[in-house]
Amino acid sequence: MEARKSTLKLILFTFGMFGFGFALVPLYDVFCDITGLNGKVTGPTFTTYDKEISSREVKITFVTSNNKQMPWSFKSSSPQMKVETGQDYLMDFTFTNTTDKPMIGQAVPSVSPGRGARYFHKTECFCFEQQFLAAGESITIPVKFIIDPELPDDISSLALGYTLFDVTEEFANLQAKN
Amino acid sequence: MSAVIDSHHDDHHHGPAKGLSRWLYTTNHKDIGSMYLWFSLVMLFIGGAMAMVIRAELFEPGSQIVSPEFYNQMVTNHGLIMVFGVIMPAFVGFANWMIPMQIGAPDMALPRLNNLSFWILPVAFGILLSTFFMEGGAPNFGWTFYAPLSTEYAPPTVTFFIFSVHIMGASSIMGSINIITTILNMRAPGMTLMKMPLFVWSWFITAYLLIAVMPVLAGAVTMMLMDIHAGTSFFKAGGGGDPVLFQHIFWFFGHPEVYIMILPAFGIVSHIIETFSRKPIFGYSSMVYAIASIALLSFVVWAHHMFTVGMPIAGELFFMYSTMLIAIPTGVKVFNWLSTMFKGSLTFETPMLFAIAFVALFTIGGLSGIMLAIAPADFQYHDTYFVVAHFHYVLVPGALFSLLAAAYYWIPKWTGKMYDETLGKVHFWMSFISVNLTFFPMHFVGLAGMPRRIPDYAMQFADWNMMVSVGAFLFGISQLLFLFIVLKCIYNGKAATTEVWEGAKDKGFEWTVDSPAPYHTFSSPPSMESLKSSS
Repeated sequence: MEARKSTLKLILFTFGMFGFGFALVPLYDVFCDITGLNGKVTGPTFTTYDKEISSREVKITFVTSNNKQMPWSFKSSSPQMKVETGQDYLMDFTFTNTTDKPMIGQAVPSVSPGRGARYFHKTECFCFEQQFLAAGESITIPVKFIIDPELPDDISSLALGYTLFDVTEEFANLQAKN
Repeated sequence: MSAVIDSHHDDHHHGPAKGLSRWLYTTNHKDIGSMYLWFSLVMLFIGGAMAMVIRAELFEPGSQIVSPEFYNQMVTNHGLIMVFGVIMPAFVGFANWMIPMQIGAPDMALPRLNNLSFWILPVAFGILLSTFFMEGGAPNFGWTFYAPLSTEYAPPTVTFFIFSVHIMGASSIMGSINIITTILNMRAPGMTLMKMPLFVWSWFITAYLLIAVMPVLAGAVTMMLMDIHAGTSFFKAGGGGDPVLFQHIFWFFGHPEVYIMILPAFGIVSHIIETFSRKPIFGYSSMVYAIASIALLSFVVWAHHMFTVGMPIAGELFFMYSTMLIAIPTGVKVFNWLSTMFKGSLTFETPMLFAIAFVALFTIGGLSGIMLAIAPADFQYHDTYFVVAHFHYVLVPGALFSLLAAAYYWIPKWTGKMYDETLGKVHFWMSFISVNLTFFPMHFVGLAGMPRRIPDYAMQFADWNMMVSVGAFLFGISQLLFLFIVLKCIYNGKAATTEVWEGAKDKGFEWTVDSPAPYHTFSSPPSMESLKSSS
């Protein structure tokens, strides 16, 4: 029957759109990756650049902040540094668990302006994993990074921001297993 | 006529059942349409009462009547109820009543599904409203429920909210599937797609929008549910998710949603203007194409709600231009309505007054929409009362006025009785004056920087806000008058003719059946010939 056919098609379409809603999640990440939108930075990259390429000076600002429910202290050893593009640099960040119980933290990076994110290569970063700190424990970890010489000329400074989240609950189970 | 021939079995099969079971088990499109309409009228008064609380709180600066927490619950639930509980079900009610009658079908294609899609609605809103009596209070994160405000920082009742949205979505989707199936398969012989009445066309497209985006909304609230209870991180930045993703998914639903709330209004207003201008609608096919292009464009403009999240310039430009593009088909529609009235022999009965007010005031809302679409200017307007003024102009003198117009236009056909024309006109003028008094000054305070969703404001906004509150109270009272007019019409109205409005007989099948419309109409399909004289 005609009515039955159109009803079935419409039901199928409905389920398809429900799936599409979830497909938006990976699509969004892929889109941000390709275009470098949203200041999203990708995982570790291992690149070295030919020293011959003319390099220029870029000012890097480090911003650390805590998510509302995160009591830790979280600081970079210096708020700013001047770097040459194409060369390796290190910056130390110190995490201190100020509470009296063990906790797990996760730092989430963001680069602004967003257009510059794809030129900010981190070869080592604590943001690729979680920090497990005992009560009162303190730890200093460096971020190793290179600024791509391809960085557009109109960008003379970049800001690397980290927001620290409390992920104790989410990772407690994993921790127990290991 | 046919009643004479088969009167012997008429009494057994053709009347409605008696008592409560008539309404619980009914599969009749007219009964279900009436239930949708009564439901949305009740919800209008509940959501309206919340608006009155909001305006009472904002009557003077400072904290007056309710706590900021309760104010947030009022703002949130006012929005949710008006969108999902009033405007959408009311249009579905009109669709149920009028689509089968306008296309000459005996009923909807899936009558039992129809019963189900209505009866789960009171359940959904019962769940939503019950959260007011729970610990932590009702949802307080705004009707747009942005994560993480609606996930990590939400009251525990958010889970009830999520299930209630699931049920509302299911209701809309089932209703839409029913409407599309009915329109595709049950039109009178000879009624090709391009001969369908415009209200049917507008609902045909709206129903497609609904089944395209309501599942996405269901997906969004499902992700919230999983973030809250299953430890996933769709929107949690700490776990690798992204709160901005929520806004993209929400507005991918949300922008087509705002057209869902206005396209059926376009259909209604087209019918009313052509009837009271005593002319066929000007530019029928361009009306159809305009509705279709508005619907298609609605899928590529969503991020204009999010200009300030930190989009790259290319994104801002794309969404700015695509949004402005919508002004073109909308302009075509306004042009056609004006051209229909041009040199027509106009009369100004209550439905026509509401329809003309719709055209004028909806256009004001459209123009402030264009202002908001200008990305650099939007940084100034974002989250101010200017936005509140904009969407209330398109939803109250827009969608709601079209619903009132439609109620006045078709109620004689439903009840077989005329409403009180004088009272109808009083209702119109009270509504028209108070709606402008309520929402027009919001433009001024918004441009001056008054933020939305805040229970207090700076002293310099005091005078305008007092005016707005007075307007809002007056608008609230005017709608009680509407309830009185409807009841008076049902119990004490003068008998209406079959045609109801002069010359309406040529305008559609619904005006060829008796007033009140019999419980069953068009058991055998009507012929298109009966409408021929209109061309």
